[in-house]
Amino acid sequence: MKKLQSSLRNMLLVLTGICVIATGILAYVNQLTTGPIAQAKSAALKTAIAQVVSGFDNNPANEVETVTLTLEGKELTFKVYPATKNKQFIGAAVESVTLGFGGDLKVLVGFDPEGNILNYSILETSETPGLGSRAATWFQEGQKGSVIGLSPKEKALTVSKDGGEVQAITASTITSRAFLKAVNQAYMAYAKQETSQTTTQK
Amino acid sequence: MNNFKTLMNGVVTENPTFVLLLGMCPTLGTTSSAINGFGMGIATLFVLVCSNVVISSIKNIIPDMVRIPAFVVVIASFVTLLQMVMQAYTPALYNSLGIFIPLIVVNCILLGRAEAFAAKNKVIPSFFDGLGMGLGFTMALTILGAIRELIGTGKIFSVSLFPEQYGMLLFVLAPGAFIALGYLIAVVNKIKGKA
Repeated sequence: MKKLQSSLRNMLLVLTGICVIATGILAYVNQLTTGPIAQAKSAALKTAIAQVVSGFDNNPANEVETVTLTLEGKELTFKVYPATKNKQFIGAAVESVTLGFGGDLKVLVGFDPEGNILNYSILETSETPGLGSRAATWFQEGQKGSVIGLSPKEKALTVSKDGGEVQAITASTITSRAFLKAVNQAYMAYAKQETSQTTTQK
Repeated sequence: MNNFKTLMNGVVTENPTFVLLLGMCPTLGTTSSAINGFGMGIATLFVLVCSNVVISSIKNIIPDMVRIPAFVVVIASFVTLLQMVMQAYTPALYNSLGIFIPLIVVNCILLGRAEAFAAKNKVIPSFFDGLGMGLGFTMALTILGAIRELIGTGKIFSVSLFPEQYGMLLFVLAPGAFIALGYLIAVVNKIKGKA
């Protein structure tokens, strides 16, 4: 078969044709994968919630409430997933986003009703692999920078470099600061959510 | 040139990373660990084989003056397809490769092979060229990732070989990528010079 001439008609027809076919295939695949993508995301969220506040018997992902806070002149939205057992409030998981070293750092923090940190889970991170990405384990129970059981109630959590009590990840102070900021903001959202709930109940 | 030769051409003689020095951005960016490098290599391999096959089979109906935009549309379609499938079925790998998946579109290995090989050859050789180049790229990225992971954190494929505190953090960071790649290319050139 001879190569087509580069006439305007040919060029228009071929390029349009290729684009139409490509769009068609992509639209079809998009339709196929929308379900599984949403499923994978909600499954990941469910596992994360179960990890940070355990022992609930409701479905926190379905009872999500959004809290808006104005911090540093910016309006931020937080998602609070309340966990209950036998209708008793046993804590909540709060989704919080801050700017880390390599991009957004999305953290899910679990609080008990007293505001102590139960556990946390990193949902999304673009921190340096091997350094900042160690935030996923560094602040866990028994690790060097454990935040489990601490409460940002009295004063915000800070790294030891800033006069706080949490040991920062070696060589990743920026990530550590971003992480603690996310935790502190999550607590503020949680506290606001709790007070608004108790006032409505009264 | 027979198919085996075409295949080995991509893996050894014209290895895209060590010899042609193509696609440096994902090479340096994703190889902080062996598994990341391997995943990126496989993703590129898939797109490379598919785009090479499609482009060589439709090369005759594409007028010369619009061939580049046509190639880019084909490549971009496969990348988007791959991205959606990975997000749906391998969310963990998708999360760790992040921004580098959509960036496969602008990886010059793809357009380079489309232009230099697929546009001039039949479907079967183009398939083997894509496979060879993809394998060469995967191999290079995995080796580079393994070296950086080993020196940086004392692990290979997350299997610990020596305690992490003896690792040189530098190698996991960007400068380590340049240093490791430089030495690798030197070694490859040395071996090739002998042969």
